[in-house]
Amino acid sequence: MIGTGAAVMTDTAPVVAPLAEATGVFSYLWLLIALPLFGAAVLLLGGRRTNRWGHLLGSTTVVLAAVYAVILLVNLMARPEDDRAIGQTLFEWVFVGGFTAPAALQLDQLSMVFVLLITIVGSLIHIYSIGYMDHDPDRRKFFGFLNLFVAAMLLLVLADNYLLLYVGWEGVGLASYLLIGFWQWKPSAAAAAKKAFVMNRVGDVGLSLAIMLIFITFGTVTFDEVFTEAGQASESTLTWIGLLLLLAAAGKSAQFPLQAWLLDAMEGPTPVSALIHAATMVTAGVYLIVRSNAIYDGTIFALTTVLVIGVITMFLGAIIASAKDDIKKSLAGSTMSQIGYMVLAAGLGPVGYVFAIFHLLTHGVFKANLFLGAGSVIHAMKDQQDMRRYGALRAVMIITFLSFASATLAIMGIPPFSGFWSKDSIIHAAFEVSLVAGISGMLAAGLTGFYMTRMFTMTFLGKARWEDDQHPHESKPVMTIPLIILGIGSAFTGMALLFWGDIVSWLTPVTGLQENELPLPTIAYEGMTLALVLIGAGWAYAMYRRDVPIEAPQDVNILTKAARNSMYDDAINDVLVVQPTYSVSRAFVGLDNKGIDGVVNGLAALVGGTGAKLRRWQTGFARSYALAMVGGAVLVVVVLAVVRLP
Amino acid sequence: MTTIPWLTILMVVPLVGSLLMIFLPRGNARLIKQTALVFALATLVLTIAMGLQFDGQSTAAFQFTESYAWIPAFGISYSVGVDGIGLVLVALAATLVPVVILAGWRDVPDESAKGYFALLLVLDTLMIGVFAATDVFLFYVLFEVMLIPIYFLIGRYGGANRAYAAVKFLIYSLVGGLLMLAALIGLYVVSANELGQGTFDFATLVGLDIDPNTQKVLFLGFFIAFAIKAPLWPFHTWLPDAAKESTPATAVLLIGVLDKVGTFGMIRYLLPIFPAASEFYAPLIIALAVIGIIYGALVALGQTDMKRLFAYSSMSHFGFIALGIFVFTSWGASGSTIYMLAHGLSTAALFLAAGFLMSRSGGSSAIAAYGGVNKKAPILAGFLLFGTMSSLALPGLASFVGEFLVLLGTFARYIAVGVIATIGIVLTAAYALRLYQKVATGPASPAVEGITDLKGREVTALAPIVLLTIVLGVFPAPVFNVVNPAVERTLEIVGVTDPPPVIGVQGGEQ
Repeated sequence: MIGTGAAVMTDTAPVVAPLAEATGVFSYLWLLIALPLFGAAVLLLGGRRTNRWGHLLGSTTVVLAAVYAVILLVNLMARPEDDRAIGQTLFEWVFVGGFTAPAALQLDQLSMVFVLLITIVGSLIHIYSIGYMDHDPDRRKFFGFLNLFVAAMLLLVLADNYLLLYVGWEGVGLASYLLIGFWQWKPSAAAAAKKAFVMNRVGDVGLSLAIMLIFITFGTVTFDEVFTEAGQASESTLTWIGLLLLLAAAGKSAQFPLQAWLLDAMEGPTPVSALIHAATMVTAGVYLIVRSNAIYDGTIFALTTVLVIGVITMFLGAIIASAKDDIKKSLAGSTMSQIGYMVLAAGLGPVGYVFAIFHLLTHGVFKANLFLGAGSVIHAMKDQQDMRRYGALRAVMIITFLSFASATLAIMGIPPFSGFWSKDSIIHAAFEVSLVAGISGMLAAGLTGFYMTRMFTMTFLGKARWEDDQHPHESKPVMTIPLIILGIGSAFTGMALLFWGDIVSWLTPVTGLQENELPLPTIAYEGMTLALVLIGAGWAYAMYRRDVPIEAPQDVNILTKAARNSMYDDAINDVLVVQPTYSVSRAFVGLDNKGIDGVVNGLAALVGGTGAKLRRWQTGFARSYALAMVGGAVLVVVVLAVVRLP
Repeated sequence: MTTIPWLTILMVVPLVGSLLMIFLPRGNARLIKQTALVFALATLVLTIAMGLQFDGQSTAAFQFTESYAWIPAFGISYSVGVDGIGLVLVALAATLVPVVILAGWRDVPDESAKGYFALLLVLDTLMIGVFAATDVFLFYVLFEVMLIPIYFLIGRYGGANRAYAAVKFLIYSLVGGLLMLAALIGLYVVSANELGQGTFDFATLVGLDIDPNTQKVLFLGFFIAFAIKAPLWPFHTWLPDAAKESTPATAVLLIGVLDKVGTFGMIRYLLPIFPAASEFYAPLIIALAVIGIIYGALVALGQTDMKRLFAYSSMSHFGFIALGIFVFTSWGASGSTIYMLAHGLSTAALFLAAGFLMSRSGGSSAIAAYGGVNKKAPILAGFLLFGTMSSLALPGLASFVGEFLVLLGTFARYIAVGVIATIGIVLTAAYALRLYQKVATGPASPAVEGITDLKGREVTALAPIVLLTIVLGVFPAPVFNVVNPAVERTLEIVGVTDPPPVIGVQGGEQ
């Protein structure tokens, strides 16, 4: 790796210890998944008669899961540091020959923080959705799908082996498909849903092959056993596993080159974008990589590839976010970019794993906040998503404004808001490993400052550019209360996790931690990053403060044009993959109809003399067949008799 | 050995039902249908009762065995019995017949009901028999006789082009059947030469030490018959026509169960009786299977007709099943068996849901005729989506367990083949979701505009399919418990073991 030659200050390896049996309060671990799954089953099978209270049940199951998650956290914290991995085997699932994949759960420090993120942010988004989806005739179904998602996501992070993880992995994909296409009478929504699923399947090829390679290498797919043995595998094997897992992660987390589905996924209702396509599901790729840290520790090549993919996507997303006028698409670009940060951090190895997860958690809070804030704005503006038609909303929706402001400061990394702590940790860690990665992280922070200030200014500041029939107003309390909570979260989650929760030493037993010495004091890196952020922010403020034309100007540079077209991702995929596939498909359809079938029909015609004869053959065919059967039987008897003669 | 002749009872019950129907008044279609349903359900209940008594720990090759001399002069006997693989497929047949009877309640006009439902029951008997036979001659006879009810079910009750489709199906099957007959006779000759007394008894034939070159010849006769039945590329072209012209009920039994006789034949007869030839031809068959997986998926992607799309998709799935059998690993073979089961269920979900849609919107199976079903008939669209997900092997469903194990078994033996086959899962998602997108989403098409959602009978027919697909995906242990021993025994006869892990604490199955 492109090292800076810094000296290693500390190097803590992950704890290797068998899972503790789930007893006491932990023995109901399965309830975490069962609760939302029960909600989904009732809402989806119960039909219309659950319409009246379906959203309440749906929200309650997730809130209960969140309460239980907090209880689990308290109990987990009470245990000694090297004994915080709890295992619970539910039943034998797949077992053939030497292959076994049990339905078994694992709660450790890493899955614990995910469970908290999923259930707490999930609860807030459920409650918000009660208001947001109030007028939708299919609100009950929406909550059913949302519950299904939460259950699958919890399974993903609680599975104790790769195959069971795959079930959660694809379960969240299904929920994502259903929810992107929730308004599926819109052809664009249906197309976006399909695109997301199919592109994720490309990632699934990576996950499938990784699982197979892991099994033929280690003879097991259980995390614990694989990680214990990882050091014994050859580097090339670990590299392949690492790259295949990265492919899977790229699909789920919308990382280059599988990023094109995420912007289209914004077709889904905004709470979905907040929960699935910002806070939780899209971070599953980061989870997968960090969970598999024992694999990556043995392969510098795969780890560096992770780093490179992260850096590319970090810029790609930031550039797209800077050019989109649709508030949700701009946020989606931002999500790509921020996950790029996390992937970058994961690509730093033990230096960065912890900070990847730290940023994932703060991002989960402030990005959910941003999306729900955007949803509140979209609601107020009668489904208008074009920021060129926004402006001056500060005055009419003060709660949304304040909450959005908190999240904006958080994502920009302004101290002491959440993102400052997590993003600067990543940039700092990046410098510990590679100068290029560190500088990239700083520059992308500058871009973040630009696109977020642009969004914030276009939406809340400047002059009103509303359409005549738009009379924006603040949303109902059922929506603003979650916004207030998330706004507070955006401000304090970073500090809380770092100082009160001691996230670094909390996660170290799972991920390991290495710290290298840097030539400059920490404050210098923070100062430089902050300067770049402020430059970006100031620039955007200057550009969008006054004059935002309602029609997007066309005389723009090539980069802006490309960014507006999401860097031509669709065109590229179309030329490289989609069109060739359909061409081959058409050719094969022709071949099958004319070629293979033609030969057979031709032969039949030849045998029968003409096609007409063939058709005539059908009449009385049963008789002929009966005759053939009898003939066949006679033949058999004759042959048997002959054979027996000698 | 049990004292109750379970398998014979299972075969007799539906047959009695069909005979009884001869005496029912033609005018009383309701009574005819109810009779058919009662006998099919009775068969299912008996199958479950038998299945519960199956001993997964038993060392016997077959259970519930019965044997009666039939043509002793030629060593032919009426011998039946099931191992775990046979049991699973018998159960599949017994499950799907009542389902399609209920689903096909209005498939045909009342005046034709008698013949239609009687044939479905006859098929029940024959399907159970063909999976239960342990005498190769008995298997052959049932294999051939099965053609007759299917021929009539397609040719008499099918769509506009039914006659062409029925004859095409029959010609293909007859060619296969003849080759199999020739090979069967050859096998008899070999057994006569080796033992002094010819036999068709499966267990005895397995024990023969057949010269590898003879094996290679005889193998081909059986293999081509099986490859036509569970169509592998390039023996598949009868399937799309047959699928398109069949009623949904017929298509489900044809593709969901009958075609499995082909893949069942491969694992039951080809591997144990011709182990050397199986290994010799394995590379060729694996190549055909992989071509079939990719080719079938690509052609499915370009289809304009729902039923033809399902047919090509099935061809692609049959490629997976054959692949799992011929990579000679326990993962592949067990995976294939579960895949057969899962494919039967997903085929049922897809064909029946599509059939319900067609029956209420003018009968066209053209994809372009539909759109926006989800808005007008959400329950129907939900079942269609479930079938789609089952077909693309969503983790958590039975098909995933089968597909993953097949891929694992392949990958463990031939990495490159495993990689190519795995790429097939992207294409599967593409064609399956493309169909759902076109049919169920977007604005409602004129054909869809006035349709009503599924009613009680239709939901009742589909619900067990959905339930089984989920239960076997989440808790497949009952299937593994019966299938794994049969698979182990088969691979032991072939003389292969699973490749051990490169490193590892667990150790592979040795």
